[in-house]
Amino acid sequence: MDRRRIEENIFKGLMIVSTIALCLILVLIVAAITFKGLPSMRLSMITQTPKGGFYLGKEGGILNAILGSIYLAGGATILALFLALPVVLYLNLYARRNGSIVRLVRFCLDVLWGIPSIVYGAFGFTIMLFFGLRASLLGGIITVALLILPIMCRAMDEVFSMVPRGLLEASYAVGATRWETALKVVVRQGLPGMITAVLIAFGRGIGDAASVIFTAGFSDAVPNSLFRPAATLPLAIFFQLGTPFPQVQNRAYASAFILTMIILFISITTRIVSRKYTRHIIK
Amino acid sequence: MNIRVYKDKITARLMGVIAFLSCLILVLIIAGLYYRSRPVLELKPFLELLTSGSWHPLRQEFGFYPFIMGSLWVTGVAIIMAIPLCLLTSIYLSEYAPGYLREWIKPLIDLLAGIPSVIYGVWGVLVIVPLIKDTIAPRVGSFSSGYCVLSGGVVLGIMICPIIIHVSLEVFRAVPRELREASLSLGATRWQTIKQVVLRKARPGIMAAIVLGLSRAFGETMAVLMVVGNVPRAPGSLLDAAYPLPALIANNYGEMLSVPLYDSALMLACFILLLVVLLFNIVARIVLIRIERQM
Repeated sequence: MDRRRIEENIFKGLMIVSTIALCLILVLIVAAITFKGLPSMRLSMITQTPKGGFYLGKEGGILNAILGSIYLAGGATILALFLALPVVLYLNLYARRNGSIVRLVRFCLDVLWGIPSIVYGAFGFTIMLFFGLRASLLGGIITVALLILPIMCRAMDEVFSMVPRGLLEASYAVGATRWETALKVVVRQGLPGMITAVLIAFGRGIGDAASVIFTAGFSDAVPNSLFRPAATLPLAIFFQLGTPFPQVQNRAYASAFILTMIILFISITTRIVSRKYTRHIIK
Repeated sequence: MNIRVYKDKITARLMGVIAFLSCLILVLIIAGLYYRSRPVLELKPFLELLTSGSWHPLRQEFGFYPFIMGSLWVTGVAIIMAIPLCLLTSIYLSEYAPGYLREWIKPLIDLLAGIPSVIYGVWGVLVIVPLIKDTIAPRVGSFSSGYCVLSGGVVLGIMICPIIIHVSLEVFRAVPRELREASLSLGATRWQTIKQVVLRKARPGIMAAIVLGLSRAFGETMAVLMVVGNVPRAPGSLLDAAYPLPALIANNYGEMLSVPLYDSALMLACFILLLVVLLFNIVARIVLIRIERQM
């Protein structure tokens, strides 16, 4: 065998090894969290809020954090959707194709996408100081909405730019305005993609800790108002892991297991939804 | 005027305004953080703050040197680890792997991207930290608590792989098919074609992908915070503890309003982080847009 083939085979081998390694890491992460978290799972973890002395190893659960995270990520996703949908419709229907405005907005969104969540957290905190807001569910929702806005826009932009040009022209040809085309053709055609985008953004929102550390605060109660501080799952994991008590640390692993399962559930649902509904779309 | 046309005109305006506002967020973030960090900048010149090593908030001494070094060390380790792994994987996926395999592996990498950073942190604490403490440190004849630059770098290196692979795959896809075919028809092997044609053509794009990964690593907070040790001293080796900028910000948010100028100093840390990340992102995006236009 000549040297070229040997070199090729060596590198091909390395490539396969690194690809397998990456997939294996995913399995390892999920496995490690599961093995460590599952033994400490109790039903009370997901049905109770922390009782007194929870962080010293006493009774209770993390219902406050689970609900807090869902409220926070849910609110942020809805808020971000109301901002992202007009932006993406504007980019794909109203503005001139590939005009300088479109390019500028896309560029800004790409750059915003790269800004770390801790910076969003600090910015959210600055806004809250400006308006005199305390750390609260509302502050967290606004901050996380800003964080997931570029993620949602990019995902939906990709979907809407795939809508066939002919479909739009057919709609214009029968006399529909751009607004009617947007609502009745583009949104309907892009619905599965939109659901995917919303789920991706929700998953990102529920898992992010650095942006809510300043803005949402932490509380042992389930938030009952937008102006109350709210606990979040990632922060609950972080705080429990930070205590010196093995029993509480074990609960942190159990909480991490819960969060991982939520994320996996969202990811898999995303996949199923996008596969199931793309069938009803005009290609 | 017809009410339908009227509705169309209003929505067009409204959507244009919202699109413009979303761009404005970027400007607002920069302005807001600069405004909040001005008190510290007025106290001392920017360069002195960057190069001073003394961090004593109570004495109003804010030297960012240890934290910047911490960030650089951790990011460096992460990127050195991620580059070979990502390049090999993305070359394999784009040039060698059969279609069905690619369709299987891509969702797995997406899944890796979707895992929250706090989970990476927990995993680091569970697996990487004990590994370094019990196996790697004794083997090189030194002691480490396991909470060190190396564990931070390893965890980060894995976290940034999905984004680098994702962008690299796009870049490889932008390399024209004809180039590969021309090379193959001259009798080059597949690997020679990759090495001398595809990689050469894709080099700027791959650099951009790496820079995007770099900026992600630079700003990542939670996972690093949990495994890196958080000692405010510039690290001297891979097994020393470090204290990167994002960890500094996240760790001290509690007391920052009770010490004068402390909050301003932390916001300055955020501002530095933002400037670095913006620079990286803008450069990388411009390169990627050029490539996209060539397609």
